[in-house]
Amino acid sequence: MSGIAPAGDPVIPDYGQASECVINNGPFCGDWFVDQWSTVFWPPLVDHISMVIIAVVIGFVIAFAAALIAYRKKWLAGPIGIVATFLYTLPPLALFQLLVPFTGLTLLTVEIALVCFTLVIIFQAVLAGLAAVPEDVKRSAIGMGLNQRQLMVKVELPLALPSIISGLRIATVLTVSVTTIAAFVVDSGLGSPILKAVSSPFNTQFIGAGALAVLLAFVLDGLLVVVGRVLTPWTRARV
Amino acid sequence: MDESEGLMNEIFGAFPFIAANFGMLMEKTSEHLIISLVPLLAAIVIGVPVGIWLGHIHKGEFLAVSITNIGRALPSLALIAILIGFVGIGMLNAMIALFLLAFPPILSYAYQAVNSADRDLTRAARGMGMTPLQVLNKVELPLGLPMIISGIRTAAVLTVSSATIATIAGSGGLGDVILNQVAYGIEGVLAGAVWVAILAILVDQVFALLLRVAAPTGVKQLRATTV
Repeated sequence: MSGIAPAGDPVIPDYGQASECVINNGPFCGDWFVDQWSTVFWPPLVDHISMVIIAVVIGFVIAFAAALIAYRKKWLAGPIGIVATFLYTLPPLALFQLLVPFTGLTLLTVEIALVCFTLVIIFQAVLAGLAAVPEDVKRSAIGMGLNQRQLMVKVELPLALPSIISGLRIATVLTVSVTTIAAFVVDSGLGSPILKAVSSPFNTQFIGAGALAVLLAFVLDGLLVVVGRVLTPWTRARV
Repeated sequence: MDESEGLMNEIFGAFPFIAANFGMLMEKTSEHLIISLVPLLAAIVIGVPVGIWLGHIHKGEFLAVSITNIGRALPSLALIAILIGFVGIGMLNAMIALFLLAFPPILSYAYQAVNSADRDLTRAARGMGMTPLQVLNKVELPLGLPMIISGIRTAAVLTVSSATIATIAGSGGLGDVILNQVAYGIEGVLAGAVWVAILAILVDQVFALLLRVAAPTGVKQLRATTV
């Protein structure tokens, strides 16, 4: 008898106040976006950026080396090109899922697939840049006494730089896009708040995260344009 | 040992799955092709003429370039998600998203194809007394056709590939199989992934073939003699 608490007012948990927009699930609620920035958007954004940078850097190193080899040994360019085209044609989601049995639902799976996509683009960009160096320029450089190595470092690579940078730009923007799909495999990157919100569905979360992904692509692209300008001052001097 | 055996079972389990569920896969494939090819067709119908016209009058370079850049930066998943907010769940959402993905490459390739036609050739054609329309029909278009088709090829691969993700908008297609491990098991997921990969490669190869056929005979002969 005495152990039973007296019946009082029902306890209503206090979940705080939601704004009109959040209650009505409007297309985009600025207040919610700002409130949740540090928990919902910022951590995935950081993960996203790091995944993209890792993939582009590794892809660049491998593709650059492969392109230099293919440039020296012309017969290799054909087979590498065919493999590259097939890799590029694979739907990202399919590639992720096909890697899962081997490397599991891990970041490694994601990075392998992302590197595959960057490889293709950067490889072709480097090779195209090198192939476009005019014969005359190369001959005069050799005539000036440059050896193979000097020719590559001082003449061919600088002239190929605009093409390499544009390849890097395309690869980076594409990787930002494909990394959102990685959320099907690992709970990381901007795709993850999108996927979580789509099943609810809560508009602000997936529209916010989607817009962040698009913005990120533009910002990284712009950064690379600036890097390209700094690295190739002669392309502007000609005007 | 056990683990690698399990891995092998999973991978080879995909093939019996394809055999056992062939009808279902074909049904999903036809859905997949509808949601990817209808938007592609719409993008061709609008993008190619606009691109050709802009290229012919040599205007709108800025427009073509910025549409390409924006298009490339649009993550397909984000696009589909954003459209769920405005259009809702269903096939229409997926089709609009895929149209927006397919349009930029088609427009910009068509523009480049006509815009980059050798100015000497178009001037010579003018000098021979051709009207602007004849220059377009007899010089610029035949020379630019391969490039127009490469744009469509890029867009086709993109739509077929992105259609797998469109399943989150409830549009059906092969993504249903790849993303539904609960219903189809790991074999089903792998089988779906292999299937859609083959589909993408097939689509790519069809356009590669078309590309070879489309080059004007004169250009083909030139290539044969110079290479």
